[in-house]
Amino acid sequence: MDNAKPKKVIAPRTEMPCQPAAVRARNFKEVALGYTPEMAIAEAKRCLQCKKPGCMKGCPVEIHIPEFIAAVTQGDFDAAYRIIKGTNPLPAVSGRVCPQENQCEGKCILLAKGQPIAIGRLERFVADQHIAGTACEEVSGSSTCTMAPLCDDGNKVACLGSGPATLSCAGYLAANGIKVDVFEALHEAGGVLIYGIPAFRLPKDVVKKEIDAMRQLGVSFKTNWVGGRTVQVSSLLEQGYKAVFIGVGAGLPLFLNVPGENLIGVFSANEYLTRVNLGRAHSFPAGSDTPVYPGKHVTVFGAGNVAMDAARTAMRMGAESVHIVYRRTRAEMPARREEIEHAEEEGIQFEMLAAPLHFNGDANSVLESVTLQRMELGEPDASGRRRPQPVEGAVYDLPTDLAIIALGTRSNPILLDATPELDKNKRGYIVADEETGETSIPNVFAGGDIVTGAATVILAMGAGRRAAKEICKRIKG
Amino acid sequence: MPTRIVHKESLIPGTTSKLVLDAPQIASTAKPGHFVMLRIDEQGERIPLTIADTDKEQGTITIVYLVMGKSTAALENLKQGDSILDVCGPLGRATHIEKQGTVICVGGGTGIAAMHHIAKGHHRIGNRVVGIIGARSKNLLLFEKELSSFADELLISTDDGSYGHKGFVTELLQQRLAADKSVFEVVAVGPVPMMAAVAKTTQPFGVKTTVSLNSIMVDGIGMCGACRVTVGGETKFACVDGPEFDGQLVDFAELRRRLGAYRSQETLSLEQYRCQCHG
Repeated sequence: MDNAKPKKVIAPRTEMPCQPAAVRARNFKEVALGYTPEMAIAEAKRCLQCKKPGCMKGCPVEIHIPEFIAAVTQGDFDAAYRIIKGTNPLPAVSGRVCPQENQCEGKCILLAKGQPIAIGRLERFVADQHIAGTACEEVSGSSTCTMAPLCDDGNKVACLGSGPATLSCAGYLAANGIKVDVFEALHEAGGVLIYGIPAFRLPKDVVKKEIDAMRQLGVSFKTNWVGGRTVQVSSLLEQGYKAVFIGVGAGLPLFLNVPGENLIGVFSANEYLTRVNLGRAHSFPAGSDTPVYPGKHVTVFGAGNVAMDAARTAMRMGAESVHIVYRRTRAEMPARREEIEHAEEEGIQFEMLAAPLHFNGDANSVLESVTLQRMELGEPDASGRRRPQPVEGAVYDLPTDLAIIALGTRSNPILLDATPELDKNKRGYIVADEETGETSIPNVFAGGDIVTGAATVILAMGAGRRAAKEICKRIKG
Repeated sequence: MPTRIVHKESLIPGTTSKLVLDAPQIASTAKPGHFVMLRIDEQGERIPLTIADTDKEQGTITIVYLVMGKSTAALENLKQGDSILDVCGPLGRATHIEKQGTVICVGGGTGIAAMHHIAKGHHRIGNRVVGIIGARSKNLLLFEKELSSFADELLISTDDGSYGHKGFVTELLQQRLAADKSVFEVVAVGPVPMMAAVAKTTQPFGVKTTVSLNSIMVDGIGMCGACRVTVGGETKFACVDGPEFDGQLVDFAELRRRLGAYRSQETLSLEQYRCQCHG
């Protein structure tokens, strides 16, 4: 931390303009509208330009934050973009979905005064300026608008999965002239950025543009290729790929394991969100053949970002009421503060200190209600959070015709079962070196949720970048 | 990369066709029991279809569908030489096949095509294959020729008696199991009521019974749980834990209800499609 700066009057943090809550709760357009250039410059000028910036220590992809912010204060948004892009291939994505309060902004010296620099908003602004302004992708470290020199196929690398971990890995490799082939199981590249995060937080065009930019760098995306099924890790190495990066994501949704969970009307958040995001069920039947189950009175179980996404999506799909049911209290909710606040503004109701006992259906097994147990907080448990415990006799029914379970995921077995020589940990995730991401198979790397279990986009990007650095070092010597 | 339809053959005019697809990567790795996810065009829904046959040399896979909703209706409107936008696979766990003796493979309706691939796998490894296939009527019976080309025996039933035994496949199965104690496994693929009836028929004989389930799926790779089914009191995912399960343990009543979860939307989508097609 830098203590040598002279005292300076710091302006308040520049607010982000948003669609009004009542309007946005019924559309899929982006909630946060982004800074204007004036707002961005004003916000950037709040930065103290610390000599030993804490923010950078909080950034898994090592963005040179004070440098890009300095460029923004000068109005040189192109320079700012080049600085960010030098270490982060997906700034328009991470500027939107990163939990900055736990990363860069959590280490900003101004946080002590309550209002850190809005680094994420500035990152997004710079990326959006670039997307709006130029068609051609700029290579990291270079000011010219040319493609990276491609190496011959002797130096190619394969990536399995096309979510944030792979995109970060592939972006780094491509910028360093290494040919990358990405194999994606679904029909569209982008992983969780496409099937998971709703368009109102991350417009699909933004993801597509970032991916198109990578295509221009020579990264090829092969869709409908399932790692462990259509293509095997060992066969990729035999085909001459110098390295394989596994970034296939976490996988199977967890359920509550309570009676009635297979009634019609109970879904995983993964299913609900995939139908709407990847399947575009919001335009069913005219514009999409993928339906999503309609619900008037929706309950969502869980309190992370995915639960917020599911609840807010259900509202946009026309629900009359949406309840988030959580066994602890609002203070313990793991979702980002901003997502919780946005959800609340949009009319999502929080049914706190309640745990589901069973789902109840009609004669045709169609969901009608959920029986909840009232909870209270007891002594702190091993996680340090106060343990929820049942209030004896306090059991009640909440009517619901659509229940969405957002409890997280467990390891997807498809690739792991097909690749027994990959070491796994007790939880079924891949064991990878913390520094390099290398697995028990030489030259096979892994990163993101398939290593850590469900985590954040930016942590996956950090892992992809670390693996890419090591792969690059090995290939280029 | 879109997948080309190399050959199309109408099996039951207007409702069931066989498509041979140019999919060398899938053909080279697919085994009996596997399925593919398919999306017809940009607007299309991902739907699962069991692989009915593969030809590694030609690099093709065969699928057979019954026109049920919009996606299959749209498939029926494609011609030989047309392409399907997305075909993904092979998915699911392959059938467990080892040389053990006599296996009875029961197929009903469109399920006969999926059963065909499993029966062929048993035949190739050297098991004695007894096929039992059934349909409502003779003109609705599929894959008789394909199955008779390798099956050691092929028994046929029709509900209306227009061909073979008049009645259900389960009656033929019952007779056979009573007469032949060497059967080590019964495999059944078809409509849910048929598979449930097969499991009920085999239970007194204590013979291993494998059924292949056709749950609703979205991704087909374990991510969503739409396909969850109760097997032996536990929730399983048909896409990654199945699609084949022990028929004695499957909750068929639940499976049948879950298959109807989107019926009203499916009807709406199909009606709208038919209106567009017919102006």
